[in-house]
Amino acid sequence: MTARRIAARTVRPLVTLAGLAALWWGVARLGGVPPYLLPAPDAVARTLWAQRGLLADAAGTTLLETVLGLGLGMLGGAALALAMTASGVVRRWMMPLVLLSQAVPVFALAPLLVLWFGFGIASKVVMAVLVIFFPITSSFFDGLRRTPPEWLDLARTMGAAPWRVLVHVRLPAALPAFGSGLRVATAIAPIGAVVGEWVGASSGLGFLMQTANTRFETDLMFAALLVLATMTVLLWWGVDRVLARLLYWVPDSVVD
Amino acid sequence: MTQAPPAIRLEGLGLSHAGSPVFEGLDFTFPAGTFSVLLGPSGVGKTSLLRSVALLDRPTAGHVAADDGVSLAGRVAWMGQQDLLLPWARVIDNVTMGARLRGAPVERDRAEALLRRMGLGDRLAALPSELSGGMRQRVALARTLYEDRPVVLMDEPFSALDSVTRARMQDLAADMLRGRTVVLITHDPLEACRLGQVILLLAGSPARLSSVPAPDGATPRPADDPGVLRGQGHLMRRLLDGVAA
Repeated sequence: MTARRIAARTVRPLVTLAGLAALWWGVARLGGVPPYLLPAPDAVARTLWAQRGLLADAAGTTLLETVLGLGLGMLGGAALALAMTASGVVRRWMMPLVLLSQAVPVFALAPLLVLWFGFGIASKVVMAVLVIFFPITSSFFDGLRRTPPEWLDLARTMGAAPWRVLVHVRLPAALPAFGSGLRVATAIAPIGAVVGEWVGASSGLGFLMQTANTRFETDLMFAALLVLATMTVLLWWGVDRVLARLLYWVPDSVVD
Repeated sequence: MTQAPPAIRLEGLGLSHAGSPVFEGLDFTFPAGTFSVLLGPSGVGKTSLLRSVALLDRPTAGHVAADDGVSLAGRVAWMGQQDLLLPWARVIDNVTMGARLRGAPVERDRAEALLRRMGLGDRLAALPSELSGGMRQRVALARTLYEDRPVVLMDEPFSALDSVTRARMQDLAADMLRGRTVVLITHDPLEACRLGQVILLLAGSPARLSSVPAPDGATPRPADDPGVLRGQGHLMRRLLDGVAA
């Protein structure tokens, strides 16, 4: 990539962000909106700095919940997808449950989960796992089912054992699909954690937003929101980089 | 080669697809250690026949057997129309894929030697996506040879290549597969005449097998050999007539 394209890639989002901030500032300062409804960007920036310790603590909690949820959900989802591929019995019994995990809104379950797993991080981790379980399992399972039949024929003539075909052919062939699921999961896992914190917690960005909201500290709410958004974007970017390295052989056909 | 190549007998072989027969009552013996070419129009059932021999499909009637009485299972190497290279595996790992799938020790030296004979000695660590179509098909041929099976079945392996690359692949295949029982499917009369020690035509509905005399001379025969040219013309005529009838 040329230096010019790198510059363009860095500058473009910055320009977008600056434009949005300017619009925001204009509406807040010149639109006559009271600060408790819409604080101006500079007020939010001041709060961001003044409350950096508080925000960092809260972000740490939410990040921990998200990463744990992502890790467990990924392992559990991948394991279930593999089991469903290997066994028709598992597939027929578990598929409805996988669907159910997505059909029941996690927002509705949140109070119950807090009741069961407490105000600590456990209930939030469970929430994040529930949110990401479906995209991980279904995308990986789809990938595992779509191995080109010609490869499987070739493996059969080679005298391959079914589990070796799984390890050497089906699994790598399904990795791109798994990657798509994981990218979606990374973007939505923080939602699970934050919803859990809203319902009942003693720390975390969701908890901070909730308390700030009841006290009309809208600037703190915005600051927490910014931290959450930044965290999610960075997490996604990290996962995307790791996946790109892992899937070195997948053609990227996006025309640039 | 570790085992003597067997002849392959088709006995009353029949196959129906959705109730209507594709072919029925096929009787033929592919001679041992001989390069047989099976020619016919698209959709006539060539691939189905070959898949039955590879034990990938079960025929509706009759059976396929090796003349030495030993099952064909584990004695057949398959090469398809596509190269079927695994895109994440390097050239050398694609060639040794069978060993890993069987849990057998990987003989890297043998794979390297095969690739060097294919003129790919400097591309061992390349990914399939970095190779041309002809190179990829050479890797697929190396993978087929690495299996070291007495029977080699090939389903239009060179049909996607340009004619020059195809001719080079034919030379390579004739050279490297000598002594094995080979059945190669093609729709190209020239390929049949260059490579076939036995040439068979599968045509009609339901399809029937008929033997066509192969041109004289050792394979691979030159493309401009008068016998090859005459044979090619004859096959073309037979194919055209066969489709009309």
